[in-house]
Amino acid sequence: MDFGTFLWITLGAFLTLSTFSFLYKDNPFYKIAEHLVVGVSAGYWVVILWYNGLVPNLFQMLNDGDWYYLWLNSSRPWYLIPAILGVLMWTRFSQKYAWVSRWPLAVYIGMGTGVAIPLEMSNRVNKQLYATMVNINWESFWGDGFLDAAAGYSQIIIFVGAVAGLFYFFFSKAHTGVFGAVAKFGIWMLMIGFGASFGYTVMARISLFINRIQGLHGWGTAAFDVSNPNHSGWFLAFFWLLILGVAAYVVLELVKFIKHRAA
Amino acid sequence: MNIFDRIMTLDRRWVFLFLAIVCVVTYFIPFRIPVTVDDEVEVIYEFVDTLKPGQIVMVPLDYDPSTVAELHPMTYAIFEHCFRKQLKVIVTSLHPNGPGMAEQALLDVADSMKLDRTYNGVTYRGREVKTGFDYTFLGYKPYPALVILGMGQNFRLPFPTDYYGIPLDSLPMMQGVQNYDQVAGVINVSGTSGTDYWISYGQGRFGFPLALGLTGVMGADYYPYLNSGQVFGLMAGLYGAAQYEELADNAGPAIDGMRVQVYAHIVIIMFIIMGNVGYFISRREKNKKLKG
Repeated sequence: MDFGTFLWITLGAFLTLSTFSFLYKDNPFYKIAEHLVVGVSAGYWVVILWYNGLVPNLFQMLNDGDWYYLWLNSSRPWYLIPAILGVLMWTRFSQKYAWVSRWPLAVYIGMGTGVAIPLEMSNRVNKQLYATMVNINWESFWGDGFLDAAAGYSQIIIFVGAVAGLFYFFFSKAHTGVFGAVAKFGIWMLMIGFGASFGYTVMARISLFINRIQGLHGWGTAAFDVSNPNHSGWFLAFFWLLILGVAAYVVLELVKFIKHRAA
Repeated sequence: MNIFDRIMTLDRRWVFLFLAIVCVVTYFIPFRIPVTVDDEVEVIYEFVDTLKPGQIVMVPLDYDPSTVAELHPMTYAIFEHCFRKQLKVIVTSLHPNGPGMAEQALLDVADSMKLDRTYNGVTYRGREVKTGFDYTFLGYKPYPALVILGMGQNFRLPFPTDYYGIPLDSLPMMQGVQNYDQVAGVINVSGTSGTDYWISYGQGRFGFPLALGLTGVMGADYYPYLNSGQVFGLMAGLYGAAQYEELADNAGPAIDGMRVQVYAHIVIIMFIIMGNVGYFISRREKNKKLKG
C-alpha cells in the first residue's frame, strides 16, 4: 500500500469516527461527514447519469449531424424528440410556463404505466394470489423439518393469515364479534411479519457496524505494517494524529460534562 | 428512584457504548460460530456448483457503499465460486453507484484467482481471470425496467459496449450470446428496489431462473416470492452471505462477522427484556400509588 492510498483510508477512518460521534451528540465533525456524503453522492450521480445516459443515448446518436442544422441532418433525428421533451421539463422553474412540463411528464408516465401495468399485475399480484391459494398438501401435512413452507399446515397458515390480514384493513365494518376476532388474528400475523423485518433490520445495522470495525482494524494494521515496502513514519504520524484528535475531543467533552455536573 | 425507574430513564448513550464495547471485544477474540445453512441459500450454491464450465451466469449488482457490509461478501463468494468452476459471468448494475462496487469486486476476485486454492477438498489451480474472456462487465444504464426488457431482446441494445467501451461483438465471451436465452440463471445482489424490476420485468417476462442476494432489511419482504416460485433461492443479510461462504468453504468477512452478530443480538435482547420488565413494573407501581 502506498502513502496516497493510506491517506484515503485515514480519511475513511476519520469519517467513520465522525459519523459515529453523532450517537453521543450532534457536532461539527458529524456535520462534515453528513454533508460530504450528500455532496459526493449528488456529484457522482450527476457524472454517472451524464456519461451513461445523455452521452450514449443522445449525444452519440446525434453526433453525425451538425449543430448549425440543429442536428436535423443527423441519421437519427428522431432522438431530438426525447431531447426536446427533456428540455421542456425545465419549464417547471417558470411560474408562467410551468404547465408545459406536464407534456413530457404525461409522455413519461404514460409510457411507464403501459410498460408496468401488465407485468406488475401478473408478477406482483396474480402470482402472489396463486401462491396463497394452493391445494393443501395433505400427504405431507407436517412437512420436512421445522417451518417447512411446502408443508400442508404452512399452506393453511399462509392462506388464513393472508385473509385475516385483509380483514384487518376492511374499515367499513366495526371490528367486533367474529369479524373483530379474525381482524385481531390478522394484526397478529402482521406483527409477526413486522417482527421478522425488525429482526433482520437489527442484523443489518450490526453488519454495518462490523464492517466499520473491520475497516478501522484494516486502517490500524496498515499504519503499523512495517513489512509494507512503502511504509514510512508518515503512516504512523497520520495514525496518531487522528487518534490524538479523537482523544482530545473526548477529553474536552468530559471536562464540559464535569463542569456541567458541578454547576 | 428504584432500579426499574433507573432502567426506564437510562440514557440511551450507555446502551450504544455497551453495545459498541461488546462488538469490538468480540471482534478481536478469534473464535468461530457454527453456521447453519438454510435450504434457500443451499439451492443457490447447488445451482452454481452444478453448472458446466463455460456456462453463463448473470450477476446484476444493484447496491452502493451503504450496503457493502452485507452484500460485498455475497458478491465475492459468488464470483469466486463461479470463476473456480470456470463459469462465465455477465455483470451489470441498475444502480448508479453500482459500477464502482462491481469493478472493485471483480478486480479483487481476479487477483485472488491467481492463487492456488482448496475449497471443499478440491484444489483449484490459480489462473488469470480476464475481462471479455471470463466475465463481461456491462456497467450501468438508467431506467431499470427498460434496460432489463432491452437485454431480453439483445444485450447490445442497452449496452452496445461494455463498461470499458469495448463493443460487445468484439468480446470473445459474448460471441453468440444474444439475450437471457444463453444465460443459465440470474443472481441479483441488491440493496435497492431494483430487485422488483428483476422479478417483474426479468423473471416474469422472460422466465429465467432468478435468485436473490439481499440486505437484511429487505429479506423478509421477498420471502413471498420464494414461496410463489418466482425466485428459486434467497440470501438475506450478512447471515445469508455467511451461509454461502460456509457452503463454498471460503470463509470471509461474513463468517468473521457472525460471532459479533451473535453477541450483539444477545445484548440487544437483554436490553429489550430489561426495558420491558422496567416498564411493566414501574407501571404497576404507579397504578398502586394511584389506587393508594
